[in-house]
Amino acid sequence: MSTTLLIGILLAIAAVAYTLGRMRANAVAGGKSSALHSRPNYYGAYVALAAFLPPLIVVAAWLAISPFIVNSSVRDTFPDEVKAQSPAQQSLAFGMVATIARGLPKLTEEELRAIQQDPSTLQAVFATKGVAVAAEARPYMLESAATLNGMTRTSRLALAAVAIGLSLAGAFFSLRSVAPRFRARNKVERVILWALLLASSIAILTTIGIVASMATEALHFFTMVPAHEFFFGTVWDPRFAGAGATSSGQFGLIPLLAGTLYIGFVAMLVAVPVGLFAAIYMAEYATPRMRSLAKPLLEVLAGIPTIVYGFFALVTVGPFLRDLSAQLNGLATGNYANFIQAQSVITAGIVMGIMLIPYVSSLSDDIITAVPRALRDGSLGLGATRSETIKRVILPAALPGIVGALLMTASRAIGETMIVVLAAGVAARMQINPFEPMTTVTVKIVNQLTGDLEFTSPQTLVAFALGITLFCITLALNIYALYIVRKYREQYE
Amino acid sequence: MTEAATEEALEKKMNTVPLKMVGKDVSVYYGDKRALYDVNLNVRENTVTALIGPSGCGKSTFLRTLNRMNDTIDGCRVTGLITLDGGDIYDPAIDVVELRARVGMVFQKPNPFPKSIYENVSYGPRIHGLARTKAELDQVVEQSLQRAGLWNEVKDRLHESGTGLSGGQQQRLCIARAVAVSPEVILMDEPCSALDPIATAKVEELIHELRANFTIVIVTHSMQQAARVSQRTAMFHLGNLVEENDTDKMFTNPDDQRTQDYIMGRFG
Repeated sequence: MSTTLLIGILLAIAAVAYTLGRMRANAVAGGKSSALHSRPNYYGAYVALAAFLPPLIVVAAWLAISPFIVNSSVRDTFPDEVKAQSPAQQSLAFGMVATIARGLPKLTEEELRAIQQDPSTLQAVFATKGVAVAAEARPYMLESAATLNGMTRTSRLALAAVAIGLSLAGAFFSLRSVAPRFRARNKVERVILWALLLASSIAILTTIGIVASMATEALHFFTMVPAHEFFFGTVWDPRFAGAGATSSGQFGLIPLLAGTLYIGFVAMLVAVPVGLFAAIYMAEYATPRMRSLAKPLLEVLAGIPTIVYGFFALVTVGPFLRDLSAQLNGLATGNYANFIQAQSVITAGIVMGIMLIPYVSSLSDDIITAVPRALRDGSLGLGATRSETIKRVILPAALPGIVGALLMTASRAIGETMIVVLAAGVAARMQINPFEPMTTVTVKIVNQLTGDLEFTSPQTLVAFALGITLFCITLALNIYALYIVRKYREQYE
Repeated sequence: MTEAATEEALEKKMNTVPLKMVGKDVSVYYGDKRALYDVNLNVRENTVTALIGPSGCGKSTFLRTLNRMNDTIDGCRVTGLITLDGGDIYDPAIDVVELRARVGMVFQKPNPFPKSIYENVSYGPRIHGLARTKAELDQVVEQSLQRAGLWNEVKDRLHESGTGLSGGQQQRLCIARAVAVSPEVILMDEPCSALDPIATAKVEELIHELRANFTIVIVTHSMQQAARVSQRTAMFHLGNLVEENDTDKMFTNPDDQRTQDYIMGRFG
């Protein structure tokens, strides 16, 4: 019996249990639902949960544990000579057994008999059935495969019996406990509470898992390359892994970090004034009609995938800036040579800035509108103009919040990948000319992890070190931003 | 003197006080909803005029028409004539900013800016250029705080945040802020409704003193407060002006039955 079918049966039992629970609740109430502690629906839900949740947990646990038990018992059936081999070879043998086990049910009686007599034909016969076996099979493997299939079948049947039995028992006992004073609502809500808790803990656990996996790989890297060479190195020159080179190259973080911060800075230079002015217009001047029209349009920008911005930078902004610089240079000196490269800090910065505008404007707009109306009225009542009110009262009051919003935006700029991959170039250089290409941490992560890789060389593992560095920077920025925003909120409460 | 003669004398005395602001057939609409019906109400110079009436009767709306604070509400429309010293304040040639400098406002909830006490008071004088030097500005701030009866309490902490003061102090700070612009009229929209009795008493005392230099219009829910601080009282009901009279007469022998009922607590 497949797991899907089993879950389906459990659900069906739960559905029946729900109806029965409701009916019984109505019956014990004698038609007066006010006599019940909870609404009949809650009794139904309680019975359904009792019929569904315990078997579900058993199914999950069984599916997680039973393969280990089955595997170890199958390995016990291996001949002693195989058991004496190294663990890796044993695993290989077990892998073949598992493959054969998958193919066995597809064979006819005759084919099976033929193979049992001559196991060397197994590979060819299986291939006709669409099951690829890696090497020539040995006689004991057929027996082991049969054992494996038998045990799996038994395990599934036992699981189905246990789960359905548990489900029916749960439904039966919970139905019996339905009584007017029984607090079904509280119990059901308790289960919902646990479900909510589970959902939020999944998000947190995932974060911890991500950090842990990055940290372990980064630690590997730091055993090969000293941490100070990575964090304070000024040259980024990872040689190709295994190219016969004696040295493994240099992994200096500084040029990448400089590029990241420089491009982020240019982006913020574009996004902050434009976004902030847009937010002020939206919050203070726009009529409700205008606001309802313009705000969603502005936020469309936020919905464009960043790779599309990358195209935009690559095929439009970059060439435009290059040609523009050539024309300007020609007009000024007569020499039509471009001084802005198509891939440059300024191209990536401008396009990333455009991407960030909606974040800045949307976050700032929320913060500006959160400034109490009383402050606005107070200033206007003293004879200040709208503009004076904004400059002297609203922006100062909203400033901490806006700073928080800008920090959050900055952390997005630092973590942004696709735009810089396409628009900034890959040259890891330390320079200050915004018209030349530079590269960022994210670009190098992409580069180091693209292609055929071995996960033991520093050339690959450096990506994890870069990743965790980036993660720490953006995390710190976000935490600081949240701290500022929270502090600011308290002012008005 | 007979009662009638006393009344006549009072009437005469009041009638000699010049009119500061005049409202003629003032109606206010919020979108399609009409909030005020042809209100005719005069504000006399150096007098405290109290506007009373049940909630939603339009008294705050009328108050806000006097310095055009209703302009900041979307969909609000005012018809009729309101004059300040004879000039129409809804004349398109009038700069609303200038008007609000002449007709200041104190709000229901104390709303100091999240700045220092000094900055709060100097805000108005700064934007209107009332002081040329730092010394002059200091003087304006001190004078305003003194007028608001707050100077002695805050003179040692002028550069601390205005939001750190107690509720009553905050409201007096807002009054000082309004006074600092040297307006001719000060509008107060239930200035004591968020304050405790002691702070209320202080603000009322302050209103008494301010009357010497300013014309004051105050909206209040408290009948006792209207009786204590005002010389003239206007009673609103359902967007109509029911009665406008000397405060003494209003609270002893009102002309209109509805005023009587409201003052006696029969509705509202």
